[in-house]
Amino acid sequence: MGFQFQFGAVFARSDLLLEGLLQTLQLAGMAIVFGGLLGILLAALRSLAPRAAGVLIDVYVELIRNTPFLVQLLIIYFGLPSIGVKLTAEQAALIGLVVYLGSYVTEIVRAGIESVHKSQIEAGLSLALTRWQVFRYIVLAPAIARVWPALASQFVLVTLATSVCSFISVQELSAQASNIESDTFRSFETYITVALIYLAIALTLRVLFAGLGAVLFPTGSGLGRLRGQSGA
Amino acid sequence: MIREFTQSEFIFILSSARWTLLLTVLSLVLGGLFGFVVAIARTSRLAPLRLLAAGWIGVVQGIPVLILLFLAYYGLSMLGFDLPPIVAASISMAFYASAYLGEIWRGCIQAVPWQQWEASTALAFSRPQQYRYVILPQAMRIAVAPTVGFIVQLVKNTSIVSIIGVIELARAGNLVNNATFQPFKVFGTVALIYFAICWPISLLARRLEGKLNASRAG
Amino acid sequence: MPVVQVEGVHKRFGEVEVLKGIDLSVESGEVVAIIGRSGSGKSTLLRCINGLEQIQSGRIQVAGHGLDASAHGLRDLRKDVGIVFQSYNLFPHLRVGENIMLAPRVVLGVSKVEARSRAEETLAEVGLAERFDAWPDNLSGGQQQRVAIARSLAMRPKVMLFDEVTSALDPELTGEVLATMERLAAHGMTMLLVTHEMAFAERVATTTVFMHQGKVWEMGPSAKLFDAPQTAELKQFLGGGLK
Repeated sequence: MGFQFQFGAVFARSDLLLEGLLQTLQLAGMAIVFGGLLGILLAALRSLAPRAAGVLIDVYVELIRNTPFLVQLLIIYFGLPSIGVKLTAEQAALIGLVVYLGSYVTEIVRAGIESVHKSQIEAGLSLALTRWQVFRYIVLAPAIARVWPALASQFVLVTLATSVCSFISVQELSAQASNIESDTFRSFETYITVALIYLAIALTLRVLFAGLGAVLFPTGSGLGRLRGQSGA
Repeated sequence: MIREFTQSEFIFILSSARWTLLLTVLSLVLGGLFGFVVAIARTSRLAPLRLLAAGWIGVVQGIPVLILLFLAYYGLSMLGFDLPPIVAASISMAFYASAYLGEIWRGCIQAVPWQQWEASTALAFSRPQQYRYVILPQAMRIAVAPTVGFIVQLVKNTSIVSIIGVIELARAGNLVNNATFQPFKVFGTVALIYFAICWPISLLARRLEGKLNASRAG
Repeated sequence: MPVVQVEGVHKRFGEVEVLKGIDLSVESGEVVAIIGRSGSGKSTLLRCINGLEQIQSGRIQVAGHGLDASAHGLRDLRKDVGIVFQSYNLFPHLRVGENIMLAPRVVLGVSKVEARSRAEETLAEVGLAERFDAWPDNLSGGQQQRVAIARSLAMRPKVMLFDEVTSALDPELTGEVLATMERLAAHGMTMLLVTHEMAFAERVATTTVFMHQGKVWEMGPSAKLFDAPQTAELKQFLGGGLK
């Protein structure tokens, strides 16, 4: 093959890579925090609120989970301004990511809540706790402990999905990659470099979430055992 | 000139779904074959094979589909293959699918109780015979529901290949929107078509899973 | 020449030595019961005999096959040695008849007709001829265990190993399995069984082996061993065992 790898040209634009990396991390971080909270809130509402609210939540979950994130993003980015809501690409991306991740977290946490034994809830109610108190103090932590591995992989997936935001010209890592590519014409080297950066992010996040799980749900607390069971 | 979003635009979008479906089928078949090899290697007795398969799964699952697509597209053209976008797209989607299916199927193989290995070992089965007659038939039963569930992810992720010029659903929506400037109508339509494809598959996956759990409990 | 010959066998799991120099030989047609406390190494010994566990030193010969052979040699040995486990381990995706036909078909390469006739014959032998088309899940534990015995017999083994085959069964189901084994013994099958059923061992086994702390502590004709145990350990074991 006459091809020679030339990473020099790519590394010369490491300022762009760094900018992109920061944008990616910022988007992913905010999406995980807000999408995670949205999902937990909706899962809680679904088990506590009246049926009608539950149906609405189900519709949201099914709609989002059965359509591509890219199309959701296009609807938000192009659709909302057409009805007068002004949005930057970054804002549209964040809204899209939160809505998208929220649906998955709702579904995962709901499964966790359903796995909490009924006798636990009855025990709480018989101690004269309100339904909300039972949920807050007895159901929620074991539910999340049990599904923590699933949540962690979903967080990694949403981090990778931020790359799709380059379609609406958010200048995150993938968008910067195509900027560098059109500057340098070193396509393959550019995407190998960016792939390795994503890989490093994904691996770091996996380690981070495993550690966070160990801190939040330490073994010996009972919650750690739950986490171990679902992780098996 | 701004066009209206009329029946002909709708039909254009709807008919582009055939590329979405074709991409899904191609990447499922190719990715399934490759994923099967990955799953077998991942459960091999040979440590290097296991490590190789685990490495492949870890790497592919750590890279966005979009970047996998570019890697396959430019990587293959660099090697001298000038592939039509649909082929490059199918190959990259197959790589993606092979890692996720490989990991799903590894779990299914390992979900078969170890006593089944032992009983067949004691009956003098060779390793390939154990896979063929004892382990895989049981693993396949477990694998149906999560595999069907993964197809939904596959359908949705084909939207990303619109970027290299395959006019599938998402790309068709973009083209029509550029001409009509009716993003809600256009992308709403696109979303509904995706939903019409994905939702029944999701429901099927859930029903299969329920069935399996019921048969296990019984 | 004995069907099973075990000489100076040592087996370690990591740091723990489970078998500390075992010598044992089983003649054709003999029924040998191995008794002892859990942890005495009796199940491990059985599993070593058909190569499910690897030994660190010593020699095992079964039906003319050495155990130190290659993977291929090991498979040849297993064709001649049947084993039945505590947890039946039938193939749940196959009907009873198919469970029995599979290994003769795949491993021995016999014709479908031949495999079927073997299955019918061995099923009749364990008293389940009418369950040929049943699913394993629809059988009782005792019936499943008898199918597992038939599955091993269809390979026409020269020796059968039984590893606590009634331990997972409800008391009312053990009888049918023991009766099946007793019939096999009466037909001249060479058998090696690890068991907690003392009365069965005394009645059916020609020889009983008492294992203690990884060694053959005491062995001899069953009647003699149960009537007049020589060692304090066996006396205590039998006394405790009868309660």
